[in-house]
Amino acid sequence: MGFELEPRPLPSGLWRVLAPALAVALTALSGLVLFLLLGVEPSRALWSFFVAPLTSLWGASELLVKAAPLALIALGLAPGFRAGVWNIGAEGQLTIGAIVGGGVLLALWPSDAPWVLPAAILAGILGGAAWAWIPAVLRIRRGASEILVSLMLAYVAQLLLSALVYGPWRDPEGFNFPQTRLFQVGLPILAEGTRLHPGVLLAPLLALLAWLLLGRTLLGLALSVTGRAPAAATHAGFDRTRIVRGCLLLAGALAGLAGILEATGPIGQLVPTLTPGYGFTAIIVAFLGRLHPLGILPAALVVALAYLGGETAQIEAGLPQAVTGLFQGLLLFFLLASEVLVRYRIRPRRRSEAMVP
Amino acid sequence: MSLELVVAVLATVVTAATPLLLAATGELVVERSGVLNLGVEGMMLVGAVAGFATALATGSASLALLAAALAGAGLAALFALLVLVLLADQVVSGLALTIFAVGLSSLAGAGLVGTPVERLPRLDLPGLTDLPLLGPLLFGQDALVYLAHLAIPAVAWFLGASRAGRVLRACGENAEAAHAMGCPVRRVRALAVLFGGSMAGLGGAFLSLSYTPFWIEEMTAGRGWIALALVVFAAWRPGRVLLGAYLFGGVAILQLHAQSLGLLPVPAQFLSMLPYLATILVLALVAGGWQTAAPAALGRPFLPPR
Repeated sequence: MGFELEPRPLPSGLWRVLAPALAVALTALSGLVLFLLLGVEPSRALWSFFVAPLTSLWGASELLVKAAPLALIALGLAPGFRAGVWNIGAEGQLTIGAIVGGGVLLALWPSDAPWVLPAAILAGILGGAAWAWIPAVLRIRRGASEILVSLMLAYVAQLLLSALVYGPWRDPEGFNFPQTRLFQVGLPILAEGTRLHPGVLLAPLLALLAWLLLGRTLLGLALSVTGRAPAAATHAGFDRTRIVRGCLLLAGALAGLAGILEATGPIGQLVPTLTPGYGFTAIIVAFLGRLHPLGILPAALVVALAYLGGETAQIEAGLPQAVTGLFQGLLLFFLLASEVLVRYRIRPRRRSEAMVP
Repeated sequence: MSLELVVAVLATVVTAATPLLLAATGELVVERSGVLNLGVEGMMLVGAVAGFATALATGSASLALLAAALAGAGLAALFALLVLVLLADQVVSGLALTIFAVGLSSLAGAGLVGTPVERLPRLDLPGLTDLPLLGPLLFGQDALVYLAHLAIPAVAWFLGASRAGRVLRACGENAEAAHAMGCPVRRVRALAVLFGGSMAGLGGAFLSLSYTPFWIEEMTAGRGWIALALVVFAAWRPGRVLLGAYLFGGVAILQLHAQSLGLLPVPAQFLSMLPYLATILVLALVAGGWQTAAPAALGRPFLPPR
């Protein structure tokens, strides 16, 4: 006696909403088991992981500061994932965005003219897009897998950043630390005593814009059809090449933007490790948000809470930092598993003899 | 340059190729059955930490290798559950596997960083090790080097000549037709995925127990992804995996020697980029032309019709 899957004629609207919530709940439950195994009192660990970070103004503002880059990158990735364009090297595009934008700031240092910051941000966007253009061209012209190329380029970007901050870009007055000078200009702080910067507002604005664009125009349809039925998309006259290129360039541009916003906002200089893997984690955010612009916003908050909680739990409950990564992986597992409920009905397996009249 | 030095350098190429060889051979079998498992990097990491921890705890090399293979297969079983039973997207499930495994291996290995471990013992084959040139190159190595090299002809024979291999290929080319002919598609694919997982686990264990006998977070450094590229480079044929693995082993050793000898006036980071750039170059040069060589059902989910 087993169970079998019966395809639903239409995806279940109810489960579409419930599946991500179920995945989050199952992840929290696994967290409980994990804490027991690690010998940490579960209630204390869960508290320091999920509640404690939000009990202060600083914690709540940091949640937004961490959610913003995740949301920006995920917004860029989602259209591609819908269309079956798998850019998994956003971390590299983010890094190059920060390098190119940061390079502009270092070249103009110590100028604080009003156009310097916008120029750097623009350079960051272009840098990220250029880095994503490489897998796009290789995919379109040479048929090379954008998954592998974009990921390999993420390693290359990280090494390039390391070469720069340990080498020519190292702060001459920085006591030999591997970091650049502090930038002369940076993003303004929105609220005293926090690190909130204008980039935090940008994410919801862009999500709204993406929602209007994808929901109301032919573009959104073209993306979904290309992902689900490539042959049908060609028949309908959607240009596969343009979609591949467009999705990768958009993802690269937003990842580059996230990178330069991090560099000119919370960090204020270039350092060997810019982010705790935002570019990779954004993949989870995109799926937790069901590849929907308005779903990505709450998803980014949930995942940012895991980052923040990981830091708090490390200090308060003595949990290793790696727990955060484990939770993120588990979350994606449970998401994928609960996705089955959206597309299939699960029912007890019938005996095959009974099927024959 | 003396002959001994050349042989010594070539021997390091063989060891640099070994983890790629193990992981890529496993993944090749998985892909020939029609499943794309992008979690190779993650399965290698978990194998590396499981093998390392077991070697520390028991002092037994065979138990360590067994643990590495089981750890890789365990993770692969999770992947099989997702994509074969729950019909989840294979690309995303593979990514999930790697993200999860990076966290899991870092957590499991948190207390092991910096601990020394006994290297896998060298297995000298009497007579063969003393052969000129080939002796030290191929016959003075540890068990995993032999296994990696034996796996190539074994998999080639399995896929090309055995009945089970033909069934596996049928599942990879056309799952519906294979099902109609009575092949247990999902069982075949699950076994292939488990095999791929244990091979990746062993590849990881080679890194932590032989290549650089210590454990450090994310020590695979992209080798799992390079192994995936190797399968494409090899056009899904076992013999060419060997060629590709030596090529990448050569690039890795070349950049190591260039770094240590200071041969080139560039920062070390640029030399470290070489394996990744070589992967991109290889994909750009061969991938498109050989796309027709890919198993036709690669990456497609299969729900047995009722």
